[in-house]
Amino acid sequence: MKENGQDISQALSITPPDVTEKKLKVRKPYLGLFFLGVFFFMVIFADLISPYDPFASDLSKGTLPPSWQEGGTAAHLLGTDFLGRDQLSRIIHGSRMSLVVSVGCILIYGTIGIILGLISGFFGGKTDMFIMRLSDIWQSVPGLIVILLLVSVIGASAKTVIISIGITGWPQFARVVRGECLSLKERDFVRLARVAGCSNFQIMASHIFPNIINTLLVLSTIQIAGIIVLSATLSFLGLGTQPPSCDWGLMLAEGRQYITYAWWLVTFPGIAIAITVIGFNLTGDWLREILDPKQMLR
Amino acid sequence: MKVYLLKRFAFAFFTMFVVITIVFFLYRSGEADPAHIMLPPDATPKDHEILTKNFGLDKPLIIQYFSFLKNAARGDFGKSFRYNESAAKVLFQRFPASLQLGVAAFLFSAIVGLAIGILSAVHRDGWVDRVGRVIALGGMSIPSFWLAVMLMLFFGVTLGWLPVSGRGEGGLLDTLRHMILPAFCLSTYPIALITRLSRSSMIDALKSDYVVMARIKGVPEFYVNIVHAFKNASITLITIMVPMFVYMILGSVVIETIFSWPGIGRLVIEATFARDYPVVQIFILLITFLITTAYIVADVLYAVVDPRIRFQ
Repeated sequence: MKENGQDISQALSITPPDVTEKKLKVRKPYLGLFFLGVFFFMVIFADLISPYDPFASDLSKGTLPPSWQEGGTAAHLLGTDFLGRDQLSRIIHGSRMSLVVSVGCILIYGTIGIILGLISGFFGGKTDMFIMRLSDIWQSVPGLIVILLLVSVIGASAKTVIISIGITGWPQFARVVRGECLSLKERDFVRLARVAGCSNFQIMASHIFPNIINTLLVLSTIQIAGIIVLSATLSFLGLGTQPPSCDWGLMLAEGRQYITYAWWLVTFPGIAIAITVIGFNLTGDWLREILDPKQMLR
Repeated sequence: MKVYLLKRFAFAFFTMFVVITIVFFLYRSGEADPAHIMLPPDATPKDHEILTKNFGLDKPLIIQYFSFLKNAARGDFGKSFRYNESAAKVLFQRFPASLQLGVAAFLFSAIVGLAIGILSAVHRDGWVDRVGRVIALGGMSIPSFWLAVMLMLFFGVTLGWLPVSGRGEGGLLDTLRHMILPAFCLSTYPIALITRLSRSSMIDALKSDYVVMARIKGVPEFYVNIVHAFKNASITLITIMVPMFVYMILGSVVIETIFSWPGIGRLVIEATFARDYPVVQIFILLITFLITTAYIVADVLYAVVDPRIRFQ
């Protein structure tokens, strides 16, 4: 009977045919996890696997092409830059800078966002309105412009990038945390905690917060992808990390001057960024599918 | 409705006031000295003093702030330090270039993004959906500045087909040729965003009862998708696409710098580092005003598309 009914509805195509099967099927995250694995492998073992010191320059070996091209040597797999530094080693070490900057930013704006979001959602009323209006104001100026101003005042460095991205990014975090908090605080376990005599702080810290960790994990993973792109953009514009540090965006900026005869200097650091960001994005999407069942059908 | 709009605009003006106040003090808190940056290396201290006085920078900060507010209320945003012309004029001279690039990029990303998004929602897991997923992931993940550099390398250097810098002066065709690469690079992220959003909101809409009802009535598939489903799916899209359009016409710092496009984005980055306060301030005011207005417009359009929504 049930099968028969399904046949008819499929023939009329009134229900999307995949509603039931799709629920159980989560796309496999192999590619994303593989890219992330490569990235973290580079971060952890940078000193062991990189063939040369990333800062050691040898002018006699300047701008060597990758080894498979005419003129390249097997000693420098991805070629060398204009100062004769080994590009592969610099890319491997550059992964550390990306991680430090993105984790630093997430820690800063995650902390601000979580605290303000919890307060806003938990207390409601005027406090909530104040914090939400503040985040409206914050979001009405593009982040890049604020970062530009801060950099011009404090001076360009990795620290400035972390601070300025950190203080511009919190509203999105705060909104998500607030939304979750609003629905959680009406739940029975929160009411019971209050009956049991927990203080507001205790309820927020040990009853509400643990329940939003999944959401925060998903959000952070996807945000890290965005931050890696943004910080590379800043370095590329000369507003981020300064030479001679190993940073993918900076390597692209330096290589850009030699674009007409050294294609490898602008190609490989970009591939490194793209692969890392794809890794974080795919993993984030996968985490969302497994941790947030409401989103499953998307 | 009137009261609602009035309230919203009042808050928009309040936002502009807060933002410009923060920017004013933050920006001047650095140690840099505009007169010093502007003068040639062999200038005498006397020149320096005259220039500082000329810019009005010799007075205390708080007095500078109030005189700025007073003049701004009358529509005078000061003279650009670098161009010795009114800051508003400097900004609006550069605006057409950014507008041209932004409109082209927006139209391109809206057409491509909506087409892919709607088709992949209608034919889920079909080939458009698969390709669309890759495009969305790529647009989200590939940094636009790197894409710009790679396209310059390929189309500009290796093949020599397209110009890689400037806006072009040789008539319409030349301008179009100059526009292709920057407009494309500017549109990759918006395409990804529009594709994802239109796909997910279309999927939601296609599942709803009124779509099922329309199918039962025998409405042709195309009308079901466009008239019934897309009209409702477009509500979410409006909230994103209206502000997106504003951001895009106000110039991209990154793309304009790479392609030497003479628009607002490049003007702002130059002005920021030359400490050309008036130009930066009017830009911040303009962008805050347009973004807050864009959100208001989006909310009003919301109610036009969906009459169930009422203003509070």
